[in-house]
Amino acid sequence: MNRYPLWKYLTVLVALVLGVLYTLPNFYGESPAVQISSAKSTVKIEPAMVDRVDQLLKNAGIAHTGSSFERNGPVGTVRFRFPNTDDQIKARDLIEQALNPNPQDPTYTVALNLLPASPGWLTAIGANPMYLGLDLRGGVHFLLQVDMQGALTSRYDALATDFRTTLRDQKIPVSSIERSGMSVVVTFPDDAARSRALALLRTRNPDMIFTESEAQGTSAGKPSLTAKLSDAAIATVQSNALRQNITTLHNRINELGVAEPVIQQQGSDRIIVQLPGVQDVARAKEILGRTATLEIRMVDDSPAATAALSAGTVPFGLERYEDTDGRPLLLRRQVILTGENLQDAQAGRDQQTQQPAVHLTLDNKGAAIFRDVTRDNIGKRMAIVLFEKGKGQVVTAPVIRSEIPGGQVQISGSMTAQEAADVALLLRAGSLAAPMTIIEERTIGPSLGADNINMGFHATLWGFVAVVVFMIIYYHMFGLFSALGLTFNLVLLLGLLSLLQATLTLPGIAAIALTLGMAIDANVLINERIREELRHGETPQKAIQLGFERAWSTIVDSNLTTLIVGVALLIFGTGPIRGFAVVHCLGILTSMFSAVMGVRALVNLTYGGRKRLKNLSIGTVWKPKD
Amino acid sequence: MELFRIKRTIPFMRHALVLNIISLVFFVASVIFIVVKGFNLSIEFTGGTVMEVSYPQAAPLAEIRSAIAGQGYSDFQVQNFGTSRDVLIRLPVVEGQTSANQSEVLMSVLAKATPGVELRRVEYVGPQVGRELVENGLLALLFVVIGIVIYLGFRFEWKFAIAGVIANLHDVVIILGFFSFFQWEFSLSVLAGVLAVLGYSVNESVVIMDRIRENFRKQRNAEVRDVIDGAITQTISRTIITHGSTQMMVISMLIFGGPSLHNFSLALTIGIWFGIYSSVFVAASIAMWLGVKREDLVKPVKKETTVEEIYSE
Repeated sequence: MNRYPLWKYLTVLVALVLGVLYTLPNFYGESPAVQISSAKSTVKIEPAMVDRVDQLLKNAGIAHTGSSFERNGPVGTVRFRFPNTDDQIKARDLIEQALNPNPQDPTYTVALNLLPASPGWLTAIGANPMYLGLDLRGGVHFLLQVDMQGALTSRYDALATDFRTTLRDQKIPVSSIERSGMSVVVTFPDDAARSRALALLRTRNPDMIFTESEAQGTSAGKPSLTAKLSDAAIATVQSNALRQNITTLHNRINELGVAEPVIQQQGSDRIIVQLPGVQDVARAKEILGRTATLEIRMVDDSPAATAALSAGTVPFGLERYEDTDGRPLLLRRQVILTGENLQDAQAGRDQQTQQPAVHLTLDNKGAAIFRDVTRDNIGKRMAIVLFEKGKGQVVTAPVIRSEIPGGQVQISGSMTAQEAADVALLLRAGSLAAPMTIIEERTIGPSLGADNINMGFHATLWGFVAVVVFMIIYYHMFGLFSALGLTFNLVLLLGLLSLLQATLTLPGIAAIALTLGMAIDANVLINERIREELRHGETPQKAIQLGFERAWSTIVDSNLTTLIVGVALLIFGTGPIRGFAVVHCLGILTSMFSAVMGVRALVNLTYGGRKRLKNLSIGTVWKPKD
Repeated sequence: MELFRIKRTIPFMRHALVLNIISLVFFVASVIFIVVKGFNLSIEFTGGTVMEVSYPQAAPLAEIRSAIAGQGYSDFQVQNFGTSRDVLIRLPVVEGQTSANQSEVLMSVLAKATPGVELRRVEYVGPQVGRELVENGLLALLFVVIGIVIYLGFRFEWKFAIAGVIANLHDVVIILGFFSFFQWEFSLSVLAGVLAVLGYSVNESVVIMDRIRENFRKQRNAEVRDVIDGAITQTISRTIITHGSTQMMVISMLIFGGPSLHNFSLALTIGIWFGIYSSVFVAASIAMWLGVKREDLVKPVKKETTVEEIYSE
């Protein structure tokens, strides 16, 4: 008797239902949508935007089929779905007009987009379609290498400046302080100064390692201190640099209005940027590679300038900018510092007053310039201007209260903690923590993407049909079971990939096809084994039982060896190889389940209960006549 | 329908020596080709730029060449790709032009010459990425070989493990030999295909080894050679049918998959055929030369007695 306990049938059934449910969203296609994102870093999108646009559409009588708000880091996005493209375009124009009263200087990016059209109940259970890789839908892919050496160098520069200030404050005599490779070397006139400095610097910089030595070169023989960052501190510097670069990239890519950009860390010093649907590579590269969009300039508050401002004229040598509240300011044309000189901007609190504040760290060069400028301009205002799309906006314009020598700048005043955080973010957005270079680029046109989907689909389809037809001709009923098992496998695999939200690429499709081709092996093993047992004169029921049992250890062995390969590809592979490997590994697991348990369930249901089973429909079982 | 009506055990191992020599010849020839001719590595490995450009009419290759030469390139390739309207252009890495603006400059030149030309795909790979890919590819190969030796050694016996790995490396080297001899482009997806073949072909050897072990248990007094022959004979129909099915899938990819999957499926096709050959003739015979014995596989205390007991005489 070949019967499964009820729980096994149920397991197979549940797997089948889940597989179908999670595969379904892939077949609904996409529905037209309008996406609203911020065009300026100074403007944030809040969930309230959904209601605002909803009201707008209602007033205009345009029906939408759903809306969503998504927050990705500091960046909010609102999306509205529409039943057809006519409504989509109407809605886009309407929203564009309402949100951007000045088309020359848009505050929001309103873009046409496509969203998965799967019904709400599927989305509710977490069933979403797979992402399509760039090779299937077109777009741009960049792999950026972050220059960590650069990040560390500038960190050491900042530390050197920091040491100088600290030692001067404590009136410890110093001969020289400089960055030497990946360390800061401080030389002292005598040993006493060095031991005082060592004690002081150690407590101030717990994450640094100090070694005492004799100075080399010009001041040879003098006592010196060499300071290096500990490994943990280096790791922190690098991960901060990477994080800041990713944030900066997010802000810049936002300008492009791309639907679903992927910005991911890869390894310890690389960033992947994928911009689906973007065709203008030149512009994408220009925006990604831009540095120093931040400028520090002096504000002209002289009576003449104020008069000109109220008269609406701009005197020679000045430029008119607005701050985030729209108040006009006249700035000198001369740029004091750019974002390149700004190393970090963090929100915090003033140490004395506990008011919210923004702390800036300038590099060596920046600190020197800043010291001179602040000394000469006490009581005047300086403005920090952020440039986006060629238009500048004043982020903050604080009054200079005193000379700021050490490159450590604090901006405080009448701001809330939230405002401080926003300003810090904006300032960081203007600069990259470490320089980046593009080391890999891939652009795929949308027509090629569509071709690739088509070709991948047909390759899999016709291969599948050929295998199924052959199996049914060769093994009759058992061939049909195998074919159903193979379909079950395909459904499980697609369901699993959708559930994991894997990205489907062309190599991924190839892996699906190959996995299906290899998965049939398990069924062939079983069917051949059953035939062999029948040939040896076993009863049909016994042959089924033995066939499955004996084939099982072979199936496990052969699949495990294949899995070893899959895992190796997963570990060492990148890009297209990894896409292949993920599908390959999952496919091996689903095929073992479907080919053995799924097909057995079918066989047991069909034949298992029959006591007097005479024949199995497994094709001709030929016996040699001796 | 039954394709294989095998009346008696086929003496596969009788010709083992001849076949092994044939294998060796293929293997050595492959190694020589690989060493002498090397590979036509794709830009994923070498670094550089590849552009796929589509023209409204048949592409004027000569014009394109002179346009590129006019940009100051000397080492470049222009060839048709798929159809006569599609062109594949390969440019070397140029110092200083790291961010791949080569493609933009070139496209503007081409667009000026022929309006309506469409850029289908650009791929730029920096030289350091290529070096890493080669390293990672070799590491993956090493990982797979060690993983398989350990698994087979644990599951079967070291002689089988060695035989299996040699047989499969033999497949891999021969595929590489084909790619070297015909100078087919060796890309990342081909590498994935080659490694997949490695797993696939081990899978094949495992099936036969499983049968050999089983037969050692059943036929207590049989000669090693006969046991191996018997095992191969019993599994040969499964071998052909399974590989036939996989090959159907791969042929479908070869026909419908377009140029991107072409070399991948080519690697698989060669791998499948040599996989059959090597597991039937190479793996088993190496195990035989290594002196595999009944005692190696049939341990006094059996783990899977339940199944085997039913059949024991």
